[in-house]
Amino acid sequence: MEKFHTVTGLVAPLDRANVDTDAIIPKQFLKSIKRSGFGQNLFDEWRYLDHGEPGMDPIKRQPNPEFVLNQPRYQGAQILLARANFGCGSSREHAPWSLQDFGFRVIIAPSFADIFFNNCFKIGLLPIILDATVLDRLFEEVKSTAGYCLTVDLQKQTVVTPKNEAFGFTVDAFRKHCLVNGLDEIGLTLQHTEKIKQFEQKRRTEQPWLFM
Amino acid sequence: MQTLYDKLWNQHVVHAESAEPDSMTLIYIDRHLVHEVTSPQAFESLKLAGRKPWRLDSILAVADHNVPTTDRSHGIHDPISRLQVDTLDQNCDELGITEFKMQDLRQGIVHVIGPEQGATLPGMTVVCGDSHTSTHGAFGCLAFGIGTSEVEHVLATQCLLMKKSKAMRISVDGKLGLGITAKDIALAIIGEIGTAGGTGYAIEFSGSAIRALSMEGRMTLCNMAIEAGARAGMVAVDDTTIDYIKGRPFAPQGELWGRAVAYWRTLHSDNDAIFDRTVVLDAAQIKPQVTWGTSPEMVTTIDGAVPDPALISDEVKRHDMQQALNYMGLYANTPIQQITLDKVFIGSCTNSRIEDLRAAAHVVKGKHVAVNIKQALVVPGSGLVKKQAEQEGLDQIFLAAGFEWREPGCSMCLAMNDDRLTAGERCASTSNRNFEGRQGPGGRTHLVSPAMAAAAAIAGHFVDVRKIGG
Repeated sequence: MEKFHTVTGLVAPLDRANVDTDAIIPKQFLKSIKRSGFGQNLFDEWRYLDHGEPGMDPIKRQPNPEFVLNQPRYQGAQILLARANFGCGSSREHAPWSLQDFGFRVIIAPSFADIFFNNCFKIGLLPIILDATVLDRLFEEVKSTAGYCLTVDLQKQTVVTPKNEAFGFTVDAFRKHCLVNGLDEIGLTLQHTEKIKQFEQKRRTEQPWLFM
Repeated sequence: MQTLYDKLWNQHVVHAESAEPDSMTLIYIDRHLVHEVTSPQAFESLKLAGRKPWRLDSILAVADHNVPTTDRSHGIHDPISRLQVDTLDQNCDELGITEFKMQDLRQGIVHVIGPEQGATLPGMTVVCGDSHTSTHGAFGCLAFGIGTSEVEHVLATQCLLMKKSKAMRISVDGKLGLGITAKDIALAIIGEIGTAGGTGYAIEFSGSAIRALSMEGRMTLCNMAIEAGARAGMVAVDDTTIDYIKGRPFAPQGELWGRAVAYWRTLHSDNDAIFDRTVVLDAAQIKPQVTWGTSPEMVTTIDGAVPDPALISDEVKRHDMQQALNYMGLYANTPIQQITLDKVFIGSCTNSRIEDLRAAAHVVKGKHVAVNIKQALVVPGSGLVKKQAEQEGLDQIFLAAGFEWREPGCSMCLAMNDDRLTAGERCASTSNRNFEGRQGPGGRTHLVSPAMAAAAAIAGHFVDVRKIGG
């Protein structure tokens, strides 16, 4: 996993609540057995006017000019502002994969769905929870200011506006450690191999019916 | 004074990073269910890292999302779907993982076959790369959906790194009215607490109305816990649980059965257990539920009407509601019973078990699907559910009424195979999500119980199942 320190990037606002994983990456694209290439179908049904199927050339498709991520001013955005309960629905990691593949490195929302939130950390996409009133302000600022950028400093746990106003956020210490150092979680868990084996042996003795 | 969740959690702690209650903790996983959509990348990474599955006998695999529900003798015609299913087959064959292949009578929706086989047992941790893994909590186990990175993590280490959730108790007391099912309870709860109401919580469903539910009903309820935002839902073990498990292929037998049951009977919250949040519903007040929007919390009762966004003060909420109504092609204040339908889908990991099919068959027996219904599908949850239904003659009831009787799979719940809505089509569905495009691009989904879907198929529009003797 790539190390995460500081991101200063263009911000795009997605102003609706309960954005679900079916909207983030529709089911027909989940048939891929690869981990990459999902960015071109991020928000497919909102982003394009024609119906998308796997294997279509994005150049030949009809973008929906009204959709926020199609607007010229938001091209190259790395930070997505979202509303409450972002990422609700399925456990598909394809949702964070598609956001990351599109170019996002940070999602800021007042709340996230549990599985989505968790999945983001596994791939180095940082979900940040800020107060809904702060989000209201950021939404206003980004909409009224062309080229609006934010700086996200994971080490200091701050989101800094162009006027140098800083908002602190919390992040679990272990998750931060993994992100900052780009650590492989499986490798970390395997450092506990002996403990896992002991636990398993005890369980096998106490509840042998679980091992059939 | 422990909650059921505390007991399940404590039983599985391998290592905690600190002594703090919210410490990142290594949790042991007893059962890993695998399907074709969320596993290929995990198997690939595992191989690239030179790792092998930690414990093969913990894994049970099945293809369910992409499989056709029509004649399977010629395989899967969509090459991309076929590749995904073939990839699962290859991975399982190569590594020696138990898999029910497409032609196996035991094949079905992963959340139907786990319990059906006795592969889901009380006291287990059960995971699957699928959010509806919460279903298995009906057996007094800790069951939750995971992403592909975590699928790989469990394959490689038999463990997951996670933080303990908060505990919520949802108590439903009293007697359900005639024709009211677990699906109505689930939707009523989501209507009450919202789709983010359970975020950060593990929910235990309790109360006399829950105790009175069959295992099928409890699975429906726990299945929908994720639609309330909770990764895990659960119900304490009782005689209903134990009776259901007895004699199933993966269940313990003989001396081990007695030992297992003795332990399972401890799997309930202590009387003085403390929950972070408690919600109480009166079972007698629950009416048949119908969703009108594009989120499961956008729900009302069969005697209700489509709500009016103009009456909502919160700007974001009003905007979302208007957007939902535009998508759904509905107008404020339209009575639910005046909404006419194009298709009906009875199936999914929520409602495709034998009891669901019986309830629907009871409603349609001797009647016929309305002329405006273009398609009415019944998709059993597994080959074994299908077989049992056929032994009971349910297939003949459905066929005579004009329904199609299909092979098992996820089908039109998420439309990864050929079963789908086309743009603008309106469907009464027993599935779990009414998101935009969920059942097909532009498709409009109304979530209901099997009896309500069946009744709507006959009438051509929503009707109150209580008034037609469902």
